[in-house]
Amino acid sequence: MAPALQGLLTIVIGISVCVGYFFGSNLLLDMLFPPRGPKAGRNTNIANLIRPWLFLFPALFALGLYLMYPVVETLRLSLTDRIPGGGYQWTGLSNYTQMFQEPKFWEAMGNNLLWLLVVPGMATIFGLLAAQLTDRIAWGSIAKSIIFMPMAISFVGAAVIWKLVYDARPEGQDQIGILNALVVWFGGTPETWLTLPFWNNFFLMVVLIWIQSGFAMVILSAALRGIPEETVEAAIIDGANPMQIFFKIKVPQIRSTIMVVWTTITVIVLKIFDIVFAMTNGQWGTQVLANYMYDKLFIARDWGVGSASAIVIMVLVLPILVWNVRNARREMS
Amino acid sequence: MGNVVLKDVSKTYGGTVNVLNDIDLQITAGELIVFVGPSGCGKSTLLRMIAGLEKITGGTLEIDGQRMNDVPPAQRGIAMVFQSYALYPHMTVRDNMAFALKLAKKSKEEINEAVEEAARKLQLTDYLDRLPKALSGGQRQRVAIGRSIVRDPKIYLFDEPLSNLDAALRVATRIEIARLKEEMPDRTMIYVTHDQVEAMTLADRIVVLANKGIAQVGSPLELYERPQNEMVATFIGSPAMNLLPGKITGTGAQTEISLDDGGKAVSHVQTEASDMGKTVNIGVRPEHLEATDGEGLFTGRVDITEALGEVTLLYFETVGTDPALIAKLPGVHKDRRGQKVTMTAAPEHVHVFHEGQSLLYR
Repeated sequence: MAPALQGLLTIVIGISVCVGYFFGSNLLLDMLFPPRGPKAGRNTNIANLIRPWLFLFPALFALGLYLMYPVVETLRLSLTDRIPGGGYQWTGLSNYTQMFQEPKFWEAMGNNLLWLLVVPGMATIFGLLAAQLTDRIAWGSIAKSIIFMPMAISFVGAAVIWKLVYDARPEGQDQIGILNALVVWFGGTPETWLTLPFWNNFFLMVVLIWIQSGFAMVILSAALRGIPEETVEAAIIDGANPMQIFFKIKVPQIRSTIMVVWTTITVIVLKIFDIVFAMTNGQWGTQVLANYMYDKLFIARDWGVGSASAIVIMVLVLPILVWNVRNARREMS
Repeated sequence: MGNVVLKDVSKTYGGTVNVLNDIDLQITAGELIVFVGPSGCGKSTLLRMIAGLEKITGGTLEIDGQRMNDVPPAQRGIAMVFQSYALYPHMTVRDNMAFALKLAKKSKEEINEAVEEAARKLQLTDYLDRLPKALSGGQRQRVAIGRSIVRDPKIYLFDEPLSNLDAALRVATRIEIARLKEEMPDRTMIYVTHDQVEAMTLADRIVVLANKGIAQVGSPLELYERPQNEMVATFIGSPAMNLLPGKITGTGAQTEISLDDGGKAVSHVQTEASDMGKTVNIGVRPEHLEATDGEGLFTGRVDITEALGEVTLLYFETVGTDPALIAKLPGVHKDRRGQKVTMTAAPEHVHVFHEGQSLLYR
């Protein structure tokens, strides 16, 4: 069978099963507790208690299988070691102690912290700036589309684009990377930017800021639009200048949205992998936790330490995620 | 001080959509002036132009003799109260009221004093440290008024300030505004509303806006007793004035009109011999109609009665005249339903309009 046909068949079967499940299970419920006869009222109440779970079940099942199970399994793997030739043995926390003694792990922790300090803040600030500045101009929506566009590019694609921006050719040759081209044009000497220790981290961060600013802008722009126009007019009459209106009237009113944007980007930053993997693969002092995990799991084939680092990432992300969800809920209510 | 002069003021959106035209108006310091009019007549736009929130596209606005067209709102000596209160949701009541003074770099003591004073006036002292969301609608509107008071402006602008309140609160807040005005006799207040009860009770003078211009300016009773045109006649007073078409058949100190539906009317309005035969509409307010056994303005079958206790509204079956004629009789008259009744009115209550304009004014 042609692969396309196979795909189509899969889709058709998948959708039919979904529709069949919801239809069939509800039909069955109504047959077990018919909403008629002498016990109609009691049956309706029972059926109404059960019905939400019929709808929730597929999602809960999928989340359990693809989210909860891997978490438990990763935790188990992080506490075991593979025995050469087959099988595994419990090793307690030795994977963790081994990991904590590796300088590369602490380099990754340090870099992740650096990313955490710079990227969410910068992306939120640029997003807020873009949202405010594009709000009142005629070509604002075009500007917004352009700023939002990097969101549509995959992280790896963006990494490749920026790798070309930072590209370096030997001195004397034509520079195809725009950064070096500019440096040379201004009379400097070309630099291999991605190997500059410490600073190369920031060159990688630029890529994520470039992508996430668009996301921040879209969310914050909607929030800015939601501010009642009268509060701004009242501030104008009270004598506030545009800067004061922005910082004292507008920003405080969208503070919770700003926090949601900031935490969302924070979570993305903690998991950052693709950009580092595609641009430096963690060399020259740019290692981050997710790439460290990948190195351990799939290059060194060390299940134990790899899983341990995965758990570390999860533990770091979890509190921020909880806080983010709470914020988002408060925003909605 | 607080004199406001509008000269040929007009407003055009995007160079083509004209909403207000050649508005001429003089407001003297200390007046409480109310802009009323049907929705979309531009009354809020006019207020916002005085505030400086809308650009004036034609004519001039002067406050105390100074041209204000291009002066920023904060320097016009005005304060504004919005329909939606427009409180800063992230600031406490105290900070809401202090905001303008803080921006003006007033000293801490001065700000505190002004805020406490305004809070006392508006009974908000106990709520100073609350956020707006913890206040009721009436309290929020009082904070909005307090925010204006602390700035001690020459001119207060109110944009439908009571529209978001429920009926009981509306009356209470209305009285509060009237009291506030009495405490500040030298301050000018300009008040926009679509509620004619607010207009009638609060205003020194009412400006009725319609058809992109001013239909009439005058004291509430002047507008009620001597409306300049059919628009004002039907807009002021509730239910609206009845209009009946006819022809002038007698002129002089009193005018006689024979109505198209057969009735005869006598009006106190003076007319000249040249007015003879002119087609006119006579206007009679529902409360001025009374039942008669003799000749009247019209005879009609009562279609519906609404007994309100103190008065009863009679809605007459329409025979071509649209909307229905309405009479407001004192007392309870439920038994009138279905009856044929002849109505008449005293000459001093009969208005005469020719081509929409009252013959009283010429």
